[in-house]
Amino acid sequence: MPTQVTVVTQPRQDVPRRAFVAQIMGLPMSIHVRGPQALGPGVAAAVEAAFTRLRADEAMFSTWQPDSPVSRIKDGRDRLVDAHPRIRHVAALCELAGHRTGGSFAAWLPGPDGRQRFDPTGLVKGWAVEEAFTALLADLRMRGPHDALICAGGDIAVACSRADTPSWVVAVEDPRDRSRSLRSLELRTGAVATSGTAARGKHIVNPSTGAAADGLLSATVIGPKLTWADVYATAAFVKGTAALPWIATLPDHAGILVATDGAVSTIAGMTAQATRWSSLASTV
Amino acid sequence: MKKIVLAVMTTISGLVMLFSYHTSTQSVAATTPEETDTGNTQSDAGTTTTAPSATSSASSTASASATPTASASSSASGSGGDGTYTGDAVETRWGTVQVEITVENGKITSADAVQFPNENPKDQQINAYAVPALNAEVVQAQSASIDAVSGATVTSGGYIESLQSAIDAAHLG
Repeated sequence: MPTQVTVVTQPRQDVPRRAFVAQIMGLPMSIHVRGPQALGPGVAAAVEAAFTRLRADEAMFSTWQPDSPVSRIKDGRDRLVDAHPRIRHVAALCELAGHRTGGSFAAWLPGPDGRQRFDPTGLVKGWAVEEAFTALLADLRMRGPHDALICAGGDIAVACSRADTPSWVVAVEDPRDRSRSLRSLELRTGAVATSGTAARGKHIVNPSTGAAADGLLSATVIGPKLTWADVYATAAFVKGTAALPWIATLPDHAGILVATDGAVSTIAGMTAQATRWSSLASTV
Repeated sequence: MKKIVLAVMTTISGLVMLFSYHTSTQSVAATTPEETDTGNTQSDAGTTTTAPSATSSASSTASASATPTASASSSASGSGGDGTYTGDAVETRWGTVQVEITVENGKITSADAVQFPNENPKDQQINAYAVPALNAEVVQAQSASIDAVSGATVTSGGYIESLQSAIDAAHLG
């Protein structure tokens, strides 16, 4: 007698879900959890632990707090070589980011006095969020199959450990009209980061020229890890229109660029995964 | 202070207009008052109640004032008065929606929908999204609910105006 196989085609809509919001690093940070314990105290505690990790990184890496460890290094009071391992790890990642972006990302920039100052802010947010999110997923895993999403001021990481839930839907904002979306992406695992000037004005500096980047309205990068999606989005924004062929060389990443005239380009990276992301982006 | 509250509540009320709502079992497409359903294939048969007069008129009435239920305005922060603010109940085509936010030290510490279009909010998913954009660009008609918005860094001040805040508010527990 043949075995009956039931194929579930409709994702379940009744999985409990809860959102949490905190303000950390000057940003609204939202965490959404979907799964059997989403409304329970255990998940709330796990999310609070993630926020606590982010606050600890904020205290360590803040360049706004004049006596934070990174501020002390930035203004020359302390040396990087003596710093906390986490700070040296970030410094090494910044070095790697410089190489991977062909110099469009730099944590060492000349200050007003010409001295090179260490400011890893451009990498820290995405990295800290990814770290906290990874720890959160490990916490959640012990409590059953949960999906999770984190949105940190417009940079997003998602993960799914269930097969019966709808994919997370991430909208990419239209930089010309921030109430509208340019594209919507369905992701089960991965990250989306956008760099642009729509929210804060021209604040992204090209490290090779020292001038504010203005070649694009926004650059969005989709990839497996938020640290790199974030770095690549910043670098793409700095590169301007030159980012178009550059993103195509990045393994596992896809991009959406908005030119100053409003033209939208969608770029696939080199792998099947990125191609899938890209085809999603271009068909919607 | 009064102006800020007004601006904030206008925004919230506006966002409320963007609320869509779908039941545990079936999605419902939303349309804006000024746009008709542009070929979206979703069916809302049998799941929605209609409030015929509510849609287009609500956006103009939604800008009415908010009611602070607590105040400890710390002018030092300069970014808004503390307290809990409840927006006007806004009639949507799916029912009445009302949002409450709490501001501490000029920061929004919580936002919650205090009135849902259904008596049992925990059983319902309330989704908020930019309806005009989605009608044209939704990935699949059946998953027409945005979970997060990627964009240029949202500052804390910009958060309350953001679509993300409305999405979060719909799921705060």
